[in-house]
Amino acid sequence: MLIQLQDISKNYQIGTVSVTALKSIHMTIERNEYVAIMGPSGSGKSTLMNILGCLDTPSGGSYLLNNTNVSDMNDDQLAEIRNREIGFVFQTFNLLPRANALHNVELPLIYNGTPASKRRSQAMEALEKVGLGDRVHHKPSELSGGQRQRVAIARALVNNPSIILADEPTGNLDSKTGDEIMEIFETLHEAGNTIILVTHEEYIAEHSDRIVRLRDGLIERDEATNGHV
Amino acid sequence: MKLLIYVWEGVKIAYEALRSYKLRSVLTTLGIVIGVTTVITIVALIQGLNKAFTSQISALGSDILYIDKFPWMMEGNTFWVYRNRKNITLRDAERVAELSTLAEAVAPTLMTRRPIKYQENQVEGAIIVGTTELYLVTSNVVPEFGRFLTANDVSHHRPVVVLGSEVAEKLFPHSDPLGKRVTIGGYKFRVIGIQEKRGSFFGNNLDTYAYLPIGAFQARFGAQFRSVEIEIKVQSPELLDEAELELTGIMRRIRGLSGNAENDFAINKQDMLQDTYQRLTGTLWAVAIGVGAISLLVGGIGIMNILLVSVTERTREIGIRKAIGAQRSDILLQFLIESMMICALGVFIGIALAVALAKGIAAATPLPASITWWVAFLGLGFVVTIGLFFGIYPAGKAARLNPIEALRYE
Repeated sequence: MLIQLQDISKNYQIGTVSVTALKSIHMTIERNEYVAIMGPSGSGKSTLMNILGCLDTPSGGSYLLNNTNVSDMNDDQLAEIRNREIGFVFQTFNLLPRANALHNVELPLIYNGTPASKRRSQAMEALEKVGLGDRVHHKPSELSGGQRQRVAIARALVNNPSIILADEPTGNLDSKTGDEIMEIFETLHEAGNTIILVTHEEYIAEHSDRIVRLRDGLIERDEATNGHV
Repeated sequence: MKLLIYVWEGVKIAYEALRSYKLRSVLTTLGIVIGVTTVITIVALIQGLNKAFTSQISALGSDILYIDKFPWMMEGNTFWVYRNRKNITLRDAERVAELSTLAEAVAPTLMTRRPIKYQENQVEGAIIVGTTELYLVTSNVVPEFGRFLTANDVSHHRPVVVLGSEVAEKLFPHSDPLGKRVTIGGYKFRVIGIQEKRGSFFGNNLDTYAYLPIGAFQARFGAQFRSVEIEIKVQSPELLDEAELELTGIMRRIRGLSGNAENDFAINKQDMLQDTYQRLTGTLWAVAIGVGAISLLVGGIGIMNILLVSVTERTREIGIRKAIGAQRSDILLQFLIESMMICALGVFIGIALAVALAKGIAAATPLPASITWWVAFLGLGFVVTIGLFFGIYPAGKAARLNPIEALRYE
């Protein structure tokens, strides 16, 4: 078992009001699964993604990632887990604008202290996997939206993380480019990666093997998709 | 190894950031530039002055004591008190020479200003020194041509003179002065020697002096109203304090002072000038440090301000870095390095300006200013101290950012 969520809850304090984003989430994800998390806005899917991505800790319950309890780790421990276990792909790409593609992809390796030469070769390899071997010295502003997202995917891959966590990865792309990006995820899944996709688009979620639907901080439905399994 | 990677990465990021905002970075460093320039220039000036002072004062010799009617350094309105003292006489000097056990040589001196003439040539206001052959020992005055006064010259009150190099040049531009008769204040003296060039001592040109046997001086220029200065060379510099005590005792005996009467003479030495000089430059130091510290403070606040702006502008970047695994310490280090690099830029420009300024001052004024290797250390000190001190708050703020909020920041 890669991920085990048990009775996860999350409350936010906004002024004097306490808002419950997640009530009680139970979920397990196995290695090499391809899971989509869906739900309308306010359903708690962003909160769940933040917790899954170790950007945030739950108010209650336990989160085992690779048999490690990450629910009550401190900031620096979480940073280390993120660096080692999780590759993020964001809707808005979130690349460093002044750094070229290669340097953007190298970034996670810098923070785990990989020496420069090894960093370079690993980053090159990841960029080649997403078909950008010839664009390594371009800055994000010199790349198209699809290319930027591929750089982001390469960055998510470079450290061989346990999970690739993609938050609306096609949200800022036209549908053709979006399809290309989804193909890359497909390929990565086939190569053995575990992918968690957060989206509100049904047809994007259809790419996955399993859809978890959230509503009001609870899992409404958790089922395999048609055409898969 | 890991730290090295972070530091190098930090340097690269900071360099990129500084390069992207060139004008802003340079303006930010202005305060530091002014502070560093001020401090280093003033320190250079003081060092130059020190050097000049030390070389000047060495003319006095560290193993010489001077017994005078007046102390060299008088405070307030005390001149009138000293003025009423009994003059020191040639006889006093002879007794000192007799009684002192620690003196190697004792030379009485009298001074006055008189014009010196030779035919058509004249030197106005030359300083005429009446002394003995031992002046050669107490003042390190060496004749370049001819000879200095001898014991015979002195005991016979011979009308002979040893000229300072500049006096000789002016009176005898085309001929050999030795053996010629010059007129000093209306009296004839035969030139027996010419001193080597000595330069100046606090604005006194030491080469416009002329030396006569003290008896001849007194006979012509008067003895009654002149107080003798007694120059004493002590056997070794270590005995200086002991000699001072001994001489005080001798002088009190000679001048018949009773047990609790105050000294009616002063024993002067090189140290006194040094003490006064150090007091004066101490004030200068304090001013320099004050001015410099204020500019550096202002400069530091400027750096802090711009870093805070930078942290806000780069909130998203910080969020990205944190999301992919940067720890607090990594972000902290990154901004501290940036802070120190801005500071380094300022210090570098400041040092360059200070060097140029010091060169300019040294060239355009008689003030010597010297900058040496210590500037590098001082500069490094500034960079580290200011960079860390003013960078720590913005860097800490960046390090504590919540990655989720930072990623959402537009």
